[in-house]
Amino acid sequence: MRFGVLRFPGSCDEVDALHAAARVGDAELIWHRDRDLRGVDAVVVPGGFSFGDYLRAGAIARFSPAMESVIEFAADGGLVLGICNGFQVLCEAQLLPGALLPNTNLRFTFRQVRLDLVQRDTAFTCAAPEGATLSIPAKHAWGRYHADAELLAELEENDQVVLRYAAGENFNGSVADIAGVRNRAGNVFGMMPHPEHAVDEQTGGSRDGLVIFESMRMAVEAAHA
Amino acid sequence: MRARVLIRPKAGILDPQGVAVERALPALGFDGVENVRIGRLVELDVDDAAQLQPMCEKLLANPLVEDYEIVLE
Repeated sequence: MRFGVLRFPGSCDEVDALHAAARVGDAELIWHRDRDLRGVDAVVVPGGFSFGDYLRAGAIARFSPAMESVIEFAADGGLVLGICNGFQVLCEAQLLPGALLPNTNLRFTFRQVRLDLVQRDTAFTCAAPEGATLSIPAKHAWGRYHADAELLAELEENDQVVLRYAAGENFNGSVADIAGVRNRAGNVFGMMPHPEHAVDEQTGGSRDGLVIFESMRMAVEAAHA
Repeated sequence: MRARVLIRPKAGILDPQGVAVERALPALGFDGVENVRIGRLVELDVDDAAQLQPMCEKLLANPLVEDYEIVLE
């Protein structure tokens, strides 16, 4: 199992994502100018401030050469995880539905959040125990997930909402408390909180984030079996 | 050709910046202000004005959450 972690100018969480992925498999960085994904089994689009968040968060990174390859990779069924800015990039690339808007509090907010795992039967959460609540740090200014009423109904009907902020934890104003969504096919997933920062009790407040990477490894191995 | 592209949050989408400014104005003595909305202005010189619309759809605006208006000078 080999993860490829993208790096854009302005990324800042790609090294933690690399370390988290390396806990469950092999992992390497892929510079955004590189079209060659080097045969990785899964791609992580990391957090940070790609291209300074200019124009809109993720709007410019979405056109990087590596992203063009990621779009093809996803169309072929490859697993793609977007974290925070990576989630924004995947929405801008229309690999995921909806959009992310400025937090209603207008502040960059950093806090540990509890997340309800609402879909366990996914390539990104299958390693989690039944009824799990994850404790994971979130840190962003632009994390209010938006979907209009029609899209929201579609997401609910197709079980595309994977993570929700637990009661009282939705600090950014996301519609329907959505913290993470997947695409219809189920191979692309984005979340605002940072599982890569929660792989060690001492630095992440929990190890709950590992379950996301472990699930991806299980899904890839099941596909190869 | 000089062009201006005005980009606004779509109607119905909460604009917290607009709300914050709307709340600040009465404190400065400006009463009777409602529906403050804050968007973005992109000014550019362009050879072919026909490119402006696809430019907006692809990059300058996110049509899911923003409306845009092209003004040619």
